[in-house]
Amino acid sequence: MTKVLEVRNLSKVYGPGCMQCYESTGPEFGTNICPSCGSIVAAHDISFDLCKGEILGIMGESGSGKSTAVKTLFFDQEPTHGSARFYDSNKQHDLFSLNPAQKRNLRNHRFGMVYQNPSLGLNFNVSAGGNIAERLLMNDLRHYRQIRDRACELLSRTEVAIARVDEQPGNFSGGMQQRVQIAKALAINPPLLFLDEVTTGLDLSVQAAILDLILEIQQEFETAMIVVTHDLGVIRLLAGRTLVMKNGRVVEAGLTDQVIEDPQHAYTQQLVASAL
Amino acid sequence: MKETVLKIENFSKSFEMHDQGKLIPSSSNVNLSVVAGKLTALVGPTGAGKSTVLKSIYRTYLPSTGRLLYTTRTSNTIDLALADDHRILGLRDNEIGFVTQFLRALPRQSSENIVAAPLIRKGVDKSSAIEAARKMLQNLDLPERLWQLSPATFSGGEKQRVNLARGFVCEPRLLLLDEPTASLDEETAERVITQINTLKNRGTAILAIFHSPQLIKRLGDITVELRPPVAPETLVQRRH
Amino acid sequence: MNTSEATQFGFLDEFAKKEIRRTVLKAIAIPGYQVPYSSREMPMGRGFGTGGLQLTLSIIGRGQTLKVIDQGSDDSVNAVNLRGFIESVCPSVNTTTNTADADLIQSRHRIPELALTENQVLVLQVPYPDPLVIVEPSEEKRKIMHGEADYSRLLVKLYEDIVHFDEVTISHRYPTCINGHYVIDPSPIPRYDVPKLDQSKALVLLGAGREKKIYAVPPFTDATPLVFDDQPFHIENFIDQDGQRRACQQCGSTESFLDEYMDAETQTLVFQCSDTDYCTRYLSSRNNGALHSNTELDNSAEAVELAND
Repeated sequence: MTKVLEVRNLSKVYGPGCMQCYESTGPEFGTNICPSCGSIVAAHDISFDLCKGEILGIMGESGSGKSTAVKTLFFDQEPTHGSARFYDSNKQHDLFSLNPAQKRNLRNHRFGMVYQNPSLGLNFNVSAGGNIAERLLMNDLRHYRQIRDRACELLSRTEVAIARVDEQPGNFSGGMQQRVQIAKALAINPPLLFLDEVTTGLDLSVQAAILDLILEIQQEFETAMIVVTHDLGVIRLLAGRTLVMKNGRVVEAGLTDQVIEDPQHAYTQQLVASAL
Repeated sequence: MKETVLKIENFSKSFEMHDQGKLIPSSSNVNLSVVAGKLTALVGPTGAGKSTVLKSIYRTYLPSTGRLLYTTRTSNTIDLALADDHRILGLRDNEIGFVTQFLRALPRQSSENIVAAPLIRKGVDKSSAIEAARKMLQNLDLPERLWQLSPATFSGGEKQRVNLARGFVCEPRLLLLDEPTASLDEETAERVITQINTLKNRGTAILAIFHSPQLIKRLGDITVELRPPVAPETLVQRRH
Repeated sequence: MNTSEATQFGFLDEFAKKEIRRTVLKAIAIPGYQVPYSSREMPMGRGFGTGGLQLTLSIIGRGQTLKVIDQGSDDSVNAVNLRGFIESVCPSVNTTTNTADADLIQSRHRIPELALTENQVLVLQVPYPDPLVIVEPSEEKRKIMHGEADYSRLLVKLYEDIVHFDEVTISHRYPTCINGHYVIDPSPIPRYDVPKLDQSKALVLLGAGREKKIYAVPPFTDATPLVFDDQPFHIENFIDQDGQRRACQQCGSTESFLDEYMDAETQTLVFQCSDTDYCTRYLSSRNNGALHSNTELDNSAEAVELAND
């Protein structure tokens, strides 16, 4: 298996931080707020590997730190501690020691991100096609016809009617906006894709279609993905392996069927038992 | 002399229930071997932990103690109890198949796609995979009109045929079968038996649980009897 | 310095001029990069060409010749006022309407028709220096985008234009890439004038007084309008319905940028050279019976060069 990403001891603390932060927070304490200095330990000591074509699920309740990990990897936030290595066709990038330009370069050329809120991932002032064009233009494609053809190809791939390529995303339903966001993220065939609660808040039938699309993409392009969700159903369907987080810590990591059928940690057992 | 594919030594598995503060034993002191081209049948009363053994080999359960020594196609021996997740995923894709009692598959997929999926994951091109899938569905007598449909609305027997076809189609090195003919009519069961024999002849090592003694007699080369773990009804109180 | 002058030469104090000259040097050293400077208060409102004016006042020398135009015309209000002001604060500077005679040309919205030479400097007045402002409100982020030559969002605007109108509809201020990196707003010159920036013999300085930025297109530097590979850059062609190139109704030239207006009496569309100096000279050369106007004009340009040497 080809390794795409290697994350080690990733931590993120909001606030001044102190010597007690790590040892007085976590699931044993039922909190991620440091009692001594009030800092929030959003994530601590997260380590995992991600391979080509693999979908890793990160599951947990809100505030468990599941999105934090992805946000630091996509450079939306700076980690407090830890390392992440991105293996890109014979090149390695030590993500957290790159300069801002190198970070933007990876974001624009090698990573894709789909946010829960489409307004974070899409520019609502330009058309659906224009949104996709932006990513292609970043990658130095300067041929109008080719850009347009690729935009239409991606939209039909994500089942958005090509006739609506020139409409602004604001006219679209939530599910369609999410499809356009996925099309935009995929425009450059990124080897690594982050999906942050992409189906949360959508109708069930729309959710199902988006999840199917994600699986098809995984099979077709062998994209490595990290799926962040609080939904056990999403994890069950998409992820081969799963991390379960609580109070900023990974409490359990394993194959998804093992995590669901033989959960080891008390919190995971409770989570699985309370699933509908 | 046939090659040993899997050797289980002193395996046991118990479940720790945190909310009740209890440790529930499921299998204990299991020792067995599975040999290429042979079928090892697991027998024993309900609650003896037969399914637990299969699930632990497949890493759906995490073994508590013991060694699960698996010899790969490339003659490496690894302990399935300790192998990392990626290694297990690789084995699931390429070497170890598992047909559970109930079909579990991606929703909204046609039956033939479900059956073809493991072949495609192994790198077989899509059209040949679909062709092989159809052939296997035909062997197991699933009516052709159902091939394009999702098994969601199928009867128990129809679902199980899809399940078996998926397990058989990629001819794994080690095949785990959990009561594969339970919901099948006699005629279909016969077809399954034929398939199992074909696989055995082609060298697949099989570890199976059957409910019927006749089947064990007909298919089993080695029989391993499991006994329920010590006092399964007595829940061991754990310190909190 | 002559203390009897009401104000000192060039109106600005020497420190201000020095700072602007340094800024100019930096702008030339980094073609297309918007160099910030401390734009001074001028005795006229910002937006009336104070950026260009400060450049002119800082670099013009005694005895040099200045031409000031607005939309190609030497006689429009803005040009007349600026010229008058510069004359009053730079007593020894000569002014001219003849493009070829000028050492320095300050212009609003046009580049003269006559090709400029190595010995000339063109100062353009700029209202909005940053082409990225339409896609990114934060200046901090725009600076990063410029630094990384990330103009994808600007190109998205062009993409949207082609989607909606089948062509890029930008008529003025066409974003232009200088020396393969920085994209500039070339001030509100028409597309027609953009190619004149490319490998221009004259130094082109652009000053934005309100936005406090100076940038430059140095001589013999590439200036490439932003386009798609399959959507080439077009300039205004002034072709009428019959496929004929329109001519200036005044001088008859078919090789100049034309202004279009409605004749109040005849209620017909009239086309006329926007560059009044060019128009006058073309007309007189035609009246003098010269066979080809350009030859005439080129000769006069050479004559000026020789005189300057």
